[in-house]
Formats: sequence, C-alpha cells, structure tokens
Amino acid sequence: MNITRRQTLFVSVGAAAFFAMPAFARRLGAELDLEARTNEFTEGAEVVDGDGVVIKAPEIAENGNTVPIEVSAPGASALIVMALGNPNPGVVRVAFGPLAASQSVSTRIRLAGTQDVVAIAKMADGTFQRASATVKVTIGGCGG
Amino acid sequence: MISRRDFLQTSMAASAIVGASGFGNWARLAAQQSLTQDQLLQFDTFGNVSLIHMCDLHAQLKPIYFREPEVNIGVGDNRGVVPHITGADFRALYGIEDGSPSHYALTYNDFSALAKAYGKVGGLDRVATVVKAIRADRPDALLLDAGDTWHGSYGCYHTQGQDVVNAMNLLKPDAMTFHWEFTLGSDRVREIVDGLPFAALGQNIFDAEWDEPAEGFEPYTWFERGGAKIAVIGQAFPYMPIANPGWMFPEYTFGIRDERMQELVDEVRSAGADLVVCLSHNGFDVDRKMAGVVSGIDIILSGHTHDALPEPLLVGETLIIASGSNGKFISRIDLDVQGGRMMGFRHKLIPIFSDVIEPDAEMAAQIAEDRAPYEADLREVIGTTDSLLYRRGNFNGTWDDLICDALLSQRDAEIALSPGVRWGPSLLPGQEITREDIWNVTSMSYPEAYRTEMTGEFLKIVLEDVADNLFNPDPYYQQGGDMVRTGGLGYRIDVTKPQGERINDLTLLATGEAIDPARSYVVAGWASVNEGTEGPPIWDVVEAHIRALGTVTVAPNTSVIVEGV
Repeated sequence: MNITRRQTLFVSVGAAAFFAMPAFARRLGAELDLEARTNEFTEGAEVVDGDGVVIKAPEIAENGNTVPIEVSAPGASALIVMALGNPNPGVVRVAFGPLAASQSVSTRIRLAGTQDVVAIAKMADGTFQRASATVKVTIGGCGG
Repeated sequence: MISRRDFLQTSMAASAIVGASGFGNWARLAAQQSLTQDQLLQFDTFGNVSLIHMCDLHAQLKPIYFREPEVNIGVGDNRGVVPHITGADFRALYGIEDGSPSHYALTYNDFSALAKAYGKVGGLDRVATVVKAIRADRPDALLLDAGDTWHGSYGCYHTQGQDVVNAMNLLKPDAMTFHWEFTLGSDRVREIVDGLPFAALGQNIFDAEWDEPAEGFEPYTWFERGGAKIAVIGQAFPYMPIANPGWMFPEYTFGIRDERMQELVDEVRSAGADLVVCLSHNGFDVDRKMAGVVSGIDIILSGHTHDALPEPLLVGETLIIASGSNGKFISRIDLDVQGGRMMGFRHKLIPIFSDVIEPDAEMAAQIAEDRAPYEADLREVIGTTDSLLYRRGNFNGTWDDLICDALLSQRDAEIALSPGVRWGPSLLPGQEITREDIWNVTSMSYPEAYRTEMTGEFLKIVLEDVADNLFNPDPYYQQGGDMVRTGGLGYRIDVTKPQGERINDLTLLATGEAIDPARSYVVAGWASVNEGTEGPPIWDVVEAHIRALGTVTVAPNTSVIVEGV
C-alpha cells in the first residue's frame, strides 16, 4: 500500500495528539484519521448514514480485549470497519466477491476504551452508507 | 374503533377507581388499624389467566425490615418518572395516605416509627401462604421468578444456594431467570439447573466460545392456561460478567440481545402464542426501553432494580410489572386473553406484612430444617445499633457507612470503597445486630476485603466509571446498581454531565484536603470482580468492627453532594 504525503501528515498529527493530550485531542486525531481512511475507501464519494449497513455489537463490552462485532450490508461489494478510539483505528477491510452468499462479517476486536465503532459499506449501486455503534468499556463491579 | 392500547388504559383507570390495586383500601384500613390477611389478599378474580410475579428475593427466607430508597434519580428520558419518584411525591402520585401501611411499604419517610407499628415484611413462609391463596382462586396460576433468588444470606452461602432451592421448589415456580445465581460458579449453577423441576430461561445466555445459545437454558417455554397459549421468554441480567466476576462463569456471555428477543417474539407469535410474557432481569429502565424497541410483548415481569410499583407501567401495548425485593412483595396479575390478544387486566402488588399473613406451616418447617445446623451462629448477637441501618438509595446508606468505617479502621486505610448493590435488609434503632444481619448485607462468593494503593487520578476514574453505569442517559449502557459507596472520601457529582465530568471536588475527609491526582492513597474495599483478590472476608471485618464498638451509631453522611437533580 502506498502512503501518500497527506496520509502521512494525518498519521503524524494523530500520533502526536495521542501522546501529547488526552481525550479531546485524541478524538480530533481519530477524526482526521477517520476522514483519511474514509476518503481512501470511498475515493472521495459522499457517505450517508443508512439502514443498508448494520453493526451488531454489545452496548457494554464484557471484555474490552475481545469484543464480538458483526457487520452486515446486504448487497455490498466492500466494507471497512474502524474503531475510532483506538490508537490505530483501522479494524478490517473486506471485499465481497460475486459468489459471496451473504455480505456479512463477524470478528472480535480489541477496544482501548469506550468508543464508537464505525462501518462504511460500498452498496450494490456504488453509493456508500455508514453505521456506527457506541461500545462502552468499563471497569465493572457493583451490580445490583 | 377502540384500540388495544385504549382497552389496556381503560383497565388501568378502572383498577384505580374501584381500588382493585388495593391502594385506596389500604389507606382506609390504616385508619382503623385493622389490616387483615383477607384484606391483603382480596382480589376479584378476573379473565382467564393469572400470573404471580416475584423477584430479587436475595435468599431472605425469614421476615426482615426493608426501607425503600430516599434517593433514586432518573436521567435522560427517565428523569422524574417512575420508578425514579420517592417519598411524598410517590405517595401523591399513587394517592397513598400518610402513615398508612402502603406509606410504610413503599416509601422511606418515618421508617423507624412505622416499622414499629406495622412490623417486619417478607418471609418465604408468608409468601407461600399468599401463593397458595392465589392458587385456591386460580389453581393453574403461573408463578414466575425473575431471579436474584439463590444469593444473599448466611445459609445460602454455606449451602451454596441449596436452602433457597429447597424452599423455592416447595413454592413450585413455573419458570425463572438469573443474575446473582451465576456467582455460585458455573459448575454449581449447572448442577442446580439440571435438577430444577421448572424451566430455567434466558434467551440472552450464550456460550462464550461460540457465541451461540448456551446449553441448559431455554430461551422460552410454553404454557396452556384458560384456553390460551402462553409463551414465557426469559431475559437474564445482561451485564453479569461486568457487574460480577466473569471468571466465575467464563463459559457464558450475555448482553441485551434485543434483536434476538424480537425474533423470538415473532417466532412464538407465529407458533400461535395468545400471550407473550417476558420474564426479565434487565432492570426497570432497560425493560422500558426494550418495550419500545421490541414489539409484541404483552407483559414484562421486571426484576433487578428492586423497584416496587403499585400499578403496571404501560409502554405502547406492553405492561411492565415491578415487584420489589427481599421477599417484601409479590404481584398478582389477572388477564383476559381472547383470540390471541390481551384485552384487559387486573393487578395488585401484594405487600407481605409478616405479622398479618399467617406463615405456611410446610414452608416454615422446610426453612427451619435448613437453618437448624446454623441457628446458633446466625443468632449470635455481635452488637446493638442506635441508628437505623439501611442500604438502598443511589448514594451512601447507613449500612454502607458502617461497612466503610469498618474497612477504614480494621484495614487501616485512608479511603474505603463499598459496592452499590441494592440488596440487604434494614435494622431499626435499638435492634441487636446478629451475625445473620451482617451476612444479609455482605454475603457473596467474592467477599475478600482488599487493601491496596490507588492514585487520586485512578480514584476519580473509578467513580466516573461507576457513575456512568448508573447515570448514562441511555439505559442500555447502565448496569442497574447504585453508586459505589465511599468512606473517608467526599465528592460532588452532577448527574447530568457526561462521563469524565460528573465527579468533582474529591476531598480526603480526614484532612479536608483536595485529593491529589498524583498521590497514592491506601484504599480498602470489597467485592472486587478481579480474580485473585486477597483479604479477609468482609463479614469478618464488619463483625470485628461492631464487636469493638458494642453499640453502633452512624452519623448522617454529608460527604456526597449531588447536583443536577
């Protein structure tokens, strides 16, 4: 994969922010990274929030080190999944061939903390749709 | 044309007017000081199906006192609505007269005085009498237990739940679901469940390795009653491995899984269900949200958050029933189910006044038999309390203040943390504190009282984390406990803020100084969900503390300032 100069800039901005300042700056870094990754996947096409892509993830993770997620996007030809609060937000990029029986993928991912997991799918008609789910990672304890 | 929702609302109004819920009557009875068992049980049998709901017994087989919460804050859409209404506001909402038995049963004010007048509540032998009376009216009434049953007492701990299982088997439930039961460990849970003479339900109990429905727990079961096909779908507590030690039951995973709930509702509807009941340990706010997300559930019998509501809550076309905790109440719901639809209902939250309801002899004998080996230990008097000891409430209760004091003095710590669980009965001023009383508020399978160091920064993270589990505006992100209790540590909390901004002005009470994020503090606590936690069991710590004091007095706690209410 070729890393463009623009991406390199984003990556370094993101990394600097991650080490320098918590929360706000890290979110900003992730947003920039999200934008870069999204643009790379969509080649600049518009992305809309849509029902065509569905994320199944726990509201509260039982174990942040291995969180089961499932993304389905019937008819899609490709999708990407990003964990916005992770130091490296990229999770997976999937291409579905014409013989794929269903356009759905499930895996387990590691989450550094409470954050949004975002999936973008390239639909059958070539448009892009996005879904997101908040997964809380908690210390736990104190159940009633 | 009148819609089904209108039918249900009309039923609700009729209940309130004629006093079928019993509440208007109680107030009048109070004036006469003549509450009788017949009046508590009075119910005009209705329709063709009866349900009996119980939940959150927490192994309280004997009568106890239980003070309802003073502080129960709702956030987001749940701000200021039931069950987040307490005290005088609660009484005004339901038309409950001050000083009446229902005032005593359902609200916290004047608790000590009213407790002396009206006596203890609960006791499974009294519950048995009520259940038998309902079955005399309607022999095929369904008894459904929403869980948190095999946990919470000296006897339950020492018999690994067997004393409660024996007593409950005598009560003959038709189905149950689960939460604290799993803290017995998965081997023991499976052992008990394998021998249960009734259905063990949980559509959200999954195998952790394969993420598929776990063996041994059915998602739902069928009953045929009064010519109606009834599906009862179970919903276990969704966040067990987070709120409790997941290492004790590593084979299982849970979650809310409302998509699967919808699939199952559709499945039982297409298989001809006339009535769909969800037996749930979600907690009230989660059930309210789920009722709006999942369509086709007629009734949610709700447990976990220990709320006692004298009327069902109607969400869309779903009724939610909440029946309290610690054996203090059961609910009876009579339904008219016609042609695949619930067309009307009659409901009564029955308070188990122990001095009014005759104990069932068979159940009393069963409980006595299982207590016999421990009776001397249970009854040993450790001290006396001058103060009302209670736990329930979003922030510190006096029982927890006492437990935190015990941790500070017995474990030589600067700060104490005690879990915000909602179980644990109350003691009245002047009462002796027995070993049984101490175990009733501490008994669990991970009782180690740890002593460790935490930085000020980490303490803030812990408080923020727990606060979000209680005050996240989306109920699906809540775990249903109360706020962690603190000893030696004061703070200010704004419940309306997002996580990370709720907790401010952390103060070390011993010096009055602000907590330094960089400094390490010696912290003692108990009920850690981490494997390998070391320390003496919390009941020994509390017993030693009370023994040393002789007589316990707990001053009002002013160290937590709550804002945004």
